[in-house]
Amino acid sequence: MTHAQAGHNVPLSQEVFPIAYQRGPSGMGPRNARRPSRGSAAPMRPVAWLIGVLGELLVTAGLVLGLFVVWQLWWTDVEGARAQSEIIAEMDWESAPQAQAPAAATENHGPPPVMEEPLEAGGLFAQMYVPRFGDDYIKPVAEGTDKATVLDTIGIGHYVDTAMPGALGNFALAAHRTTYGKPFNQIAELKDGDALVVRTKDTWYVYKVTESKIVYPQNVEVIAPVPGVTSDQPMPEPTKRFITLTSCHPMFSATERYIVHGELEYWSPVGEGKPKELMG
Amino acid sequence: MYALIWRAIPGPGWFKFLVCLVLVFGAVAVCFTEFFPWLSDYMPFNETTVGA
Repeated sequence: MTHAQAGHNVPLSQEVFPIAYQRGPSGMGPRNARRPSRGSAAPMRPVAWLIGVLGELLVTAGLVLGLFVVWQLWWTDVEGARAQSEIIAEMDWESAPQAQAPAAATENHGPPPVMEEPLEAGGLFAQMYVPRFGDDYIKPVAEGTDKATVLDTIGIGHYVDTAMPGALGNFALAAHRTTYGKPFNQIAELKDGDALVVRTKDTWYVYKVTESKIVYPQNVEVIAPVPGVTSDQPMPEPTKRFITLTSCHPMFSATERYIVHGELEYWSPVGEGKPKELMG
Repeated sequence: MYALIWRAIPGPGWFKFLVCLVLVFGAVAVCFTEFFPWLSDYMPFNETTVGA
């Protein structure tokens, strides 16, 4: 006789736990039949159920963590790149007729016009072109370095209270090197002499890279009006027009910061065409 | 847990499967649009600025 058939003859307690009953020794004597309900089998059910649920929760947590990595490394990039090119398209500075002039813009080395710093955080005021990052590289520049409202959503952020493009002092910018459209992904490829071209609505500012270095996050002197002058030293009156890019270093880490300094080489009004650095 | 969800959905197997797909899609969507953006603020690897 099999256990299943035996089950019809045993007391109710064994029918409630048929699996435990089947695991028991063969035979249908009352001693054997009673053992599961009294011994370890009866409390095992809730414990086994609990372990099962715990396992499912752990599997779920693992999947969610994996999904977070996918979101962070891939999806924020997809969204960021799309949002940034949409912003550039909405600014619509390319379609102005004077911007289509074929000739290279004249190089002015005198004091350039300087726009006022936008009052509101997140205000768009410039576009950035970096030929080293590709001919189609255009990214929007907005006021402030708040992660959620500027760096994650718009692209390049301008440190509040640092100089504006073309001004004496230090035009300091931050952007992601990985994820969220990663505007400064290739920052480590910049070499001395590379052009960093900033455009406001009316003016081109052509900066040339002078220095790349790696510092710690607390080294705020890299964005000082005269880069390198720490807060415990008297700040000299700036006589040069610097640009500074900051991004994370190493990639996917926040241990250090990658810094690129540059100086203004020349400026030109937008109406005269593009700088020669963008013509190639 | 997942067995409970499976049993709670009425209908034939293919219908249960479709409902599960929709549920999974919804869960992923909530993660991508709400949960992960919130969580990323607490992750240390997105800092790009110097100073505060």
